[in-house]
Amino acid sequence: MYELFKNLGNWLVTGDRWSGTDGIAHRLAEHLQYSLLATLVAAAIALPVGLLIGHTGRGAFLAINLSSFGRALPTVGLVVLVFLASGLSMWPVYIALVALAVPSIVTNTYAGMTAVDQDVKDAARGQGMRAHQVLFQVELPLALPLIMTGLRLALIQVVATATIAAYVSFGGLGRYVFDGLAQRDLVQVLGGAVLVAVLAVVLDLALSALQRVLFRHRPA
Amino acid sequence: MTIDWSWLADHTDDLTTLTVSHLQAALSAVFFGLLISLPLAVIAHRIRPLRGLLLGLSNVLFTIPSIAIFVLLLPVSGLTRTTTVIGLTIYTLVVLLRNTVEGLDSVPVKTKEAAKAMGTRPLRTLLTVELPLALPVIMAGVRIATVMSISLVSVATYIGDGGLGQLFTDGFQRNFPTPVIVGVVLTLLLALVADALLVAIQYVLTPWTRRRA
Repeated sequence: MYELFKNLGNWLVTGDRWSGTDGIAHRLAEHLQYSLLATLVAAAIALPVGLLIGHTGRGAFLAINLSSFGRALPTVGLVVLVFLASGLSMWPVYIALVALAVPSIVTNTYAGMTAVDQDVKDAARGQGMRAHQVLFQVELPLALPLIMTGLRLALIQVVATATIAAYVSFGGLGRYVFDGLAQRDLVQVLGGAVLVAVLAVVLDLALSALQRVLFRHRPA
Repeated sequence: MTIDWSWLADHTDDLTTLTVSHLQAALSAVFFGLLISLPLAVIAHRIRPLRGLLLGLSNVLFTIPSIAIFVLLLPVSGLTRTTTVIGLTIYTLVVLLRNTVEGLDSVPVKTKEAAKAMGTRPLRTLLTVELPLALPVIMAGVRIATVMSISLVSVATYIGDGGLGQLFTDGFQRNFPTPVIVGVVLTLLLALVADALLVAIQYVLTPWTRRRA
């Protein structure tokens, strides 16, 4: 065990391990690109849906069940399925990652919206606010902490799962995991896993810091 | 992308075996997850300084990709079912621990004080007052953990286990969609049925919540 960690340390700090197209820096950038793009697309789809469902109260059934459906969907199966349908492209990876992220964002946005006190919404309406003003100036700010929680959860899941890109021959930190697996090189697998975990934790901390700076008036 | 129905008819026995093995892995993981997270949750609930540490630790474990967890366990437990179950158990911990702590937190202080005033000892209060009252929140965690485990078993296909996940590798290697579609559908069905069963179990276990619902 000690030997393993010592080798891992060597693996991580070796200078030329970081450079080149299969170097850590490049793989990290790829992984970041897959994760951020997928989460952004998922947010662009899920935020309006969650806001709409939460605001109108219609489709609550969808919002609640979507999350358990999303959790139940086997990502590997989805990637292989889209891969067989679309051929060798990044589509399978992005579709699977977006499908993974959308439910967490929708359900948390919906939960945040429904947690807003009805009296507050009534008061806003009573002051003559229009529906869209109530939505954007009252409900959205109040629902924000939970919406951010949903985004952070989605991002963590996406970062951890983006390793799957390597399964269908693309890059990212999953390369180390899958190549290490093929070469029976445990240190490389461990290195990939540690990098992914560190990336996820760092991104999560960054988002929570961003949340604190942007919305200082509101306890997260 | 069409389904080859004759393949389906020829492989019903295999599918049954895979489904049973899939379910076994997922349910064992939830069982062991509960076994580990219950005492840890009680500790996290009672001893505040340990709370952030335990919850944070389980969060970090959650971020490690499941493929990597399975592979990393290979030197410890080899290409066996044990590896699958340990890997999945680690994943259930984050949900089970968080929900159980939240559930224990949700028990009103007055209720606990009433139990104390009646002379009920701490362990008995935990077992007969706190845990039952926390049950709805704990069960919500169990449902999430179960559905998540059922979906994650297929990742263990990389280490030669993985229940229905083996259908994904099979379809991928032979460029044949039918097993993949069947595997996805069966996984979703398993998850939905397990979730519905857990809702029924919770309904039976918590009669006092029914009037409010």
